[in-house]
Amino acid sequence: MTASENPSYRLSQLDALESEAIFIIREVVAELERPAMLFSGGKDSAVMLHLALKAFAPANLPFPVVHIDTGHNFDEVIEFRDAEVTRRGIRLVVGSVQEAIDRGEVAEERNGSRNRIQTPVLLATAEKHDFNALMGGARRDEEKARAKERVFSFRDDFGQWDPKNQRPELWNLYNARIHHGETIRVFPLSNWTELDIWSYIRQEKVALPSIYYAHEREVFERNGMLFGVHEFCQPRENEPTFTETVRYRTVGDASLTAAVRSNAFDIDDIVAEVAATRVTERGATRGDDRVSEAAMEDRKKEGYF
Amino acid sequence: MDLLRFATAGSVDDGKSTLIGRLLFDSKSIFTDQLEDLERTSVARGSEYTDLALLTDGLRAEREQGITIDVAYRYFATPRRKFIIADTPGHIQYTRNMVTGASTSDLSIILIDARKGLVEQSRRHAFLVSLLQVPHLVVAVNKMDLVDWSQEVFEAIREEFSNYAAKLNIADVSVIPVSALTGENVVTRSTQMDWYEGPSLLHHLENVHIASDRNLVDMRFPVQYVIRPQSAAHHDYRGYAGQIAGGVVKVGDDVVVLPSGLPTKVTAIDAPGGPVEEAYAPMSVVIRLEDDVDISRGDMICRPHNQAIVSQDVEAMICWMGDSPMRAGMKFGIKHTTRSARVLVKDLYYEMNINTLHRNQGAAELNLNEVGRVRLRTTVPLLADEYHRNRLTGGFILIDETTNATVAAGMIVGVQ
Repeated sequence: MTASENPSYRLSQLDALESEAIFIIREVVAELERPAMLFSGGKDSAVMLHLALKAFAPANLPFPVVHIDTGHNFDEVIEFRDAEVTRRGIRLVVGSVQEAIDRGEVAEERNGSRNRIQTPVLLATAEKHDFNALMGGARRDEEKARAKERVFSFRDDFGQWDPKNQRPELWNLYNARIHHGETIRVFPLSNWTELDIWSYIRQEKVALPSIYYAHEREVFERNGMLFGVHEFCQPRENEPTFTETVRYRTVGDASLTAAVRSNAFDIDDIVAEVAATRVTERGATRGDDRVSEAAMEDRKKEGYF
Repeated sequence: MDLLRFATAGSVDDGKSTLIGRLLFDSKSIFTDQLEDLERTSVARGSEYTDLALLTDGLRAEREQGITIDVAYRYFATPRRKFIIADTPGHIQYTRNMVTGASTSDLSIILIDARKGLVEQSRRHAFLVSLLQVPHLVVAVNKMDLVDWSQEVFEAIREEFSNYAAKLNIADVSVIPVSALTGENVVTRSTQMDWYEGPSLLHHLENVHIASDRNLVDMRFPVQYVIRPQSAAHHDYRGYAGQIAGGVVKVGDDVVVLPSGLPTKVTAIDAPGGPVEEAYAPMSVVIRLEDDVDISRGDMICRPHNQAIVSQDVEAMICWMGDSPMRAGMKFGIKHTTRSARVLVKDLYYEMNINTLHRNQGAAELNLNEVGRVRLRTTVPLLADEYHRNRLTGGFILIDETTNATVAAGMIVGVQ
């Protein structure tokens, strides 16, 4: 919506969130010399990148994007990631969990999930490239520990989050001052909900990987969730496979991100579906958050996004 | 659909978390997996009913100790509005959290336990709402079920609060009787309190008029970042990016750039959706100017006949948030709009007792969570308005230059 179409000078909530996020992204670049933005190819990071491009247009993006590649990927998402950075002329830095395992820097966890071990790879990648600010697409509505996080979230020399000792965040005055070795995580989408993200994708026609839209896929059921049969996600003996029309609500590590039954083939269908859903996106699709009440808090303290 | 940001403040037992849980639950903003999680946790703790309060406690320590430590943000939407709740703890030791939550809020909810009436904490919350100039206040008189839905009890509390609020500067106050536990008057009108003719809490939140809260008169554009593409296609492009902090700006407007005072004209405005003829607070835009004047981050674009004050001497109320006390003579970093500088605390005039409103003129220092009036001298001029005219050009933070911690929230009350 443009101002001239809005004689009452009132921003819609989506436009207000957009302006807030653009302000935050510009503030990072103005205050911190060596920022980078996480870009996994997922919907939240696609929206964040879209906002970042707007924030500096017609200039190029003044920072690189970073992907921590667990090696457990959906092919469609990696293809999308590469196509996006090529199309827009953006520098992509990849931190590879597989390479870190091969070098003996991290050890594969017994359950095969690489969610937790991507954290040391993220920290090492940031250190290697000397990034002092990392922007991420995490939202406060996703999870209860994230609900407590600041927009500018201070991390110590070890990349750790101390939830009880956070900087007060007043008005739109973000304190970005850090000592050498410390970093700031920044969350421009803090105040967005899943429905805001999808509504914005519709408004702005943001491109996404195809797996977010309904398609037929060979799946099996585990812990009440539907997992697509995948190189890194194989059914056990007692888990029969079948073909189902599904889509992905979130895109994470392919070994533990579940699909949901859906007939949402286009963006209008998805907005309607998300508006009506009664289960949170993480509850519906993430095996990793089901470990304990405080699983996310514990991972965040270690430096997880 | 527009956006309403509101803050709640309250303590463990006045039902704040239950009220928020009730708003989320009755507006169908709690998801089934969250509810199952709550039910499991409630049963595990031996609770007889699903404890909606558990929904708002995000950190391990909070869930274990049954307390709220920090500001938590919650989101819900109705067909009319999207809401962002800044849920803050109410105890005096968390004043800085309440101030933080109030700083961005359009509205604040103060909970009062109907059995106890106004307590010290209620007065403190009302004072902070006034100090932070939150435009709307709702006093929710809770636990009406425990006083037999008594109109007399409610009216007595309402009168006592009105008498107290008269000493403060609060524009709009509504008092609503509710029971967060049973849901009466939270989302739907109560059937137990026929004597109450006002709206339910949610109805009020959906309809309270916030459009005129923004200052659309005084155009203020703090320059955040200068966009100069290093490319052949945009060789001569030079745009000033920022978020409009007040007023309306149009293409063709005569403007001045502070602090230099150089006059120029707006030639183009690029909004997130493309070029526009006019833009207004709080839009993030890029403004292009007719003259190639020297402008950098921290400068401000205003109208020639309506300018921010340019001064190095600032009178302010501050809420101290540092662990060690503040005294006159100390130096700090300051961040005000997009401008950063250093300040010297020239004077601490008084510390204000935020429970009694008594001014302690002899105070030698301000301790954590204390509020006081100070005079500051800045290394470079600030481009400022009084806080009551514009929260974004009147608010600032102080930063400890050794630890980099945010140690104070400041509200400008006068500029020399």
